[in-house]
Amino acid sequence: MKLLTHNMLTSHVKGVTKGYPLIIKATEVKVNELEFNSQFVSRMIPKLEWSALIQAAEWLGHSQDLPSTLIPDYENDEEFLRKVHRILLEVEVLEGCLQCPESGREFPISKGVPNMLLNEGE
Amino acid sequence: MKLKELESCLQQVDGFEEPKILLEQYPTSPHIAGCMLYTIHNTFDDIQNKLVADLGCGCGVLSIGAAVLDAGLCVGFDIDEDALDIFKGNVEDFELSNIDMVQCDVCSIGSSYAKKFDTVIMNPPFGTKHNQGIDMQFLQTAISMASTAVYSLHKTSTRDHIQKKANDWKVKMEIIAELRYDLPASYKFHKKKSVDIQVDFIRFTPT
Repeated sequence: MKLLTHNMLTSHVKGVTKGYPLIIKATEVKVNELEFNSQFVSRMIPKLEWSALIQAAEWLGHSQDLPSTLIPDYENDEEFLRKVHRILLEVEVLEGCLQCPESGREFPISKGVPNMLLNEGE
Repeated sequence: MKLKELESCLQQVDGFEEPKILLEQYPTSPHIAGCMLYTIHNTFDDIQNKLVADLGCGCGVLSIGAAVLDAGLCVGFDIDEDALDIFKGNVEDFELSNIDMVQCDVCSIGSSYAKKFDTVIMNPPFGTKHNQGIDMQFLQTAISMASTAVYSLHKTSTRDHIQKKANDWKVKMEIIAELRYDLPASYKFHKKKSVDIQVDFIRFTPT
């Protein structure tokens, strides 16, 4: 699971009003190289929940000194975009779980795939 | 990349080992997947550098194709762990790193990814047998997720119904091609060797 995907994931447990952001409890993290594409990264940034991304990167020990609030003019800052590229697309959680911040329900991550399925009645 | 190259590349994608009837796991042939992706890429430029979702991705033939055509990232969504395991094997064989996947029930996604993706591609279950209406649930979810366009396959016999829904949802619907979907006899209850069904390849865009 990449952090771009994590940034969009929400818990849908019954009764939960804000199942976001999901807490990451990782037991295995890997960095998977991917070609840097500044255009794609700068287009994704405005769509992100920035603070959730920074929080997620910190949980995985990959925060890379990125600021807690988004900087202006990031489109022209290649160093910044490369760091964002790394945490968005290269850092991957292979094993662990995601925890709903409200209900505490845990969703396992196995071989890189989060399992968001709920049981009947949940 | 030429259509022929894309198609032969997609021939290397492994499909379902034991397709599940309840999930309507019909394979998307390399030919159909190739034609879809080639058009989405070349005519509409909706893959390269885009954030793409593939709903009901199964073993991932559409996702792999989108990744090969340089999607920024393609995220596959499927309920079935066995299919996702095969998908993972495919991603490793192709050495692609612009792919991610999530195990979930597409019908329970609702509007939680509102407009997060640029493009949604899918070959949804057609909603026969046990799951009537599931195709429309997939479509409604896809439309909520995409900011630019949804590309999907639907039985031609349901075209009028889909058009009505598209009007209700205020999306533009454009039939890009009529295809013959060669459904190989994947299940024991299929008596014929293969059945051709008429399928529309449709593009939906916000109005």
